[in-house]
Amino acid sequence: MAKILAVDDSASMRGMVSFTLRGAGHEVSEAENGELALDAARGERFDLVLADVNMPVMDGIAMVRELRALDAYKGVPILMLTTESHADKKMEGKAAGATGWLVKPFDPEQLLATVRRVLG
Amino acid sequence: MSKAGMAQFQQVFIEESLEGLDTMEASLLALDEGGDAELVHGIFRAAHSIKGGAATFGFPEMSAFTHEAESLLDEIRGGRRAIDGGIVELLLRVVDCLRGMFARAQAGEPLNDELADGLRRELAALMGRAEPVAAPAQAAAAQAGAWRIDFRPRPGMLAGGNDPLRLFRELAALGELAVVADLDRLPPLDRLEPTECHLGWRLELRGEATREAVAAVFDWVEDECELAIEPLAAVPAPAVPGASDSPSAPAAPAGRAAREGGAESGSVRVATDKIDGLINLVGELVITQSMLDTFREGVDASRLALLEQGLAQLARHTRELQESVMGIRMLPIASVFNRFPRMVRDLGRKLDKQVRLELAGEQTELDKTVLEKIGDPLVHLVRNAIDHGLETPARRRAAGKPEAGTLRLEAFHRGGSIVVEVADDGAGLDRAAILAKAVQRGLVAADAVLDDEAVAELIFQPGFSTAAVATDLSGRGVGMDVVRRNVAELGGSVVVRSEPGRGSTFTITLPLTLAIIDGLTATVGNERYIVPLVSIVESVQLQAEAVRAVVGGGELFRFRGDYLPVIRLHEMFGCDGAVREVERGLMIVVEADGGRVGLFVDGLAGQQQAVVKSLEDHYRRVPGVSGATILSDGSVALIVDVAGLVRLQGRRRAA
Repeated sequence: MAKILAVDDSASMRGMVSFTLRGAGHEVSEAENGELALDAARGERFDLVLADVNMPVMDGIAMVRELRALDAYKGVPILMLTTESHADKKMEGKAAGATGWLVKPFDPEQLLATVRRVLG
Repeated sequence: MSKAGMAQFQQVFIEESLEGLDTMEASLLALDEGGDAELVHGIFRAAHSIKGGAATFGFPEMSAFTHEAESLLDEIRGGRRAIDGGIVELLLRVVDCLRGMFARAQAGEPLNDELADGLRRELAALMGRAEPVAAPAQAAAAQAGAWRIDFRPRPGMLAGGNDPLRLFRELAALGELAVVADLDRLPPLDRLEPTECHLGWRLELRGEATREAVAAVFDWVEDECELAIEPLAAVPAPAVPGASDSPSAPAAPAGRAAREGGAESGSVRVATDKIDGLINLVGELVITQSMLDTFREGVDASRLALLEQGLAQLARHTRELQESVMGIRMLPIASVFNRFPRMVRDLGRKLDKQVRLELAGEQTELDKTVLEKIGDPLVHLVRNAIDHGLETPARRRAAGKPEAGTLRLEAFHRGGSIVVEVADDGAGLDRAAILAKAVQRGLVAADAVLDDEAVAELIFQPGFSTAAVATDLSGRGVGMDVVRRNVAELGGSVVVRSEPGRGSTFTITLPLTLAIIDGLTATVGNERYIVPLVSIVESVQLQAEAVRAVVGGGELFRFRGDYLPVIRLHEMFGCDGAVREVERGLMIVVEADGGRVGLFVDGLAGQQQAVVKSLEDHYRRVPGVSGATILSDGSVALIVDVAGLVRLQGRRRAA
């Protein structure tokens, strides 16, 4: 069981991710933009962060950059949830410090497989 | 995930997407009026979310459709295409089309229709493509075999959360893996930075893995390492049974989620602070309860003051709790107002009128039920204002007014009511035309002398319309009488104020909630009835001779120069032991639907708030009764449906 932070401005996407991960026994917190995610991440250390790219207030790329600047988040897996049509966003996310990505649309099985991949 | 689980988020997706479409529409309209480029980002984000969500939640057609619009928006966002009126128009049609798709999704119907296909082609053509983008073809089956992999991470790779051990584990799942570490670049211990990676590896993978499968293991670290993947051609690959399933191979495409979840959402989104307030109040209530609980053993005089204090607290908390719970059903009227910028724009273009729309008080909160039902009457008033109220630019210019007419929608609180006003600065009601029409329709006598207020009232008469030629906008067979009836069904009223040449203002007054009404308790024999305070004009005690029987049945009494029909509640509802003599009882003058009647009752027993219980749910619909309530002594009182009684009276007279 891992502590996971799911960041997405879309309630349905957040809900689907949390529901799936909780079903697999993980403890999931949610945040609806980068800024709120940073607040949450400063309050407790998550084992994995899943973040949408395109969000209001603070987007996923900026969030990753700030998160990586925190000592507690060096080496913590951060995955970007991104769409196929934005290949450049994957690299932008990587440059900002993301571990990898999961391409939208994904189904619960793909999500769990990816999470297993980073959490071992 | 279970089907029900998926359907639940599908419903959330639909709801949030409809909100996103509202935002898109509002931003597009703002852009059309010269709004800043930041709006484009918001529009793009909304489209992007819908595209991603649609694909995730089982609507691939919608995702593909939105993809076209998103591409266009991306070009605009990136400055590769300028936005103009034509593009705004096209994107507005995309918004409409998506709304249609969501409606069909909720109804479980096929999503695409000719409109969607046509729009998709239009978008593709605009972006210089003959046909919409086809789904990428499946890559040809790749060659499988054994691989030699040279992998040298950059020092900073570990900080990014990618652990070489994870990569090796994934490779090991693809076949038989041999790992040799390369220590060439390992610095001396005194210069070793422990959080960095200085090792390189030479790996040999034997098995049936394809190059793509191997490369997929390294997909996240391509940019953080030197990587070479070469076929290990010379070495025969030993078969490794059961080891060829790649964990990173694409899984089956997202299955179509269940189309469960009703079309009508009965849910309310509640702001967290409202819920926090409620929890807080319930906490207070619990404290008060436990305090009062100490009186279970009995009350002695010394603690009487404490008991009083506790009861006062209980009363206060109950009232606050009631208000808070009501507040949960309250939503800002913005959701209704927001549809008007688009509508006004489209109408104005269609009728060649320039309209400037002003919205005010969008944050005013209304009961959810009221909110859902106030839309149609407002749409009608707005249509009327643009169609009949505002003049053409030429006529306005001739009248010395600015060419663009102003239409103002405003919501605000007044006393215990919500007021919504629709005001235009057009020509005002045409008194002569209304009178002529009313005479022609036989609504008033040709020689009738009516004041302005009475003339204005005429437009609320059934079937009344003054437009010489019924336009396709207002001439839909729905008149102002329907507006008034709709509003009355919500316990509200609508009046019009007009000034020739200066415009008209329609004022809708609505109750804060439908769940509780303020009423007067009237006694009739052994029964008690609640008469809603909003409909009461006055109560009068009359002399016997003031009430006169009319030929053909019924009674009338004189009230401020008018003769009003009398409804004796004891006759209406068949109550025993009621007062029959006029001078011993009380006449409550009530008003609804623009008509007044006198309700004859024994007397009044005070004013109170009544929690409305539906009679239909528990019994059946009863003419003249809108519901029931429970009085403080536990007995049941019926709530008088004044509008219903007035209508009933009208029918009786007509019969």
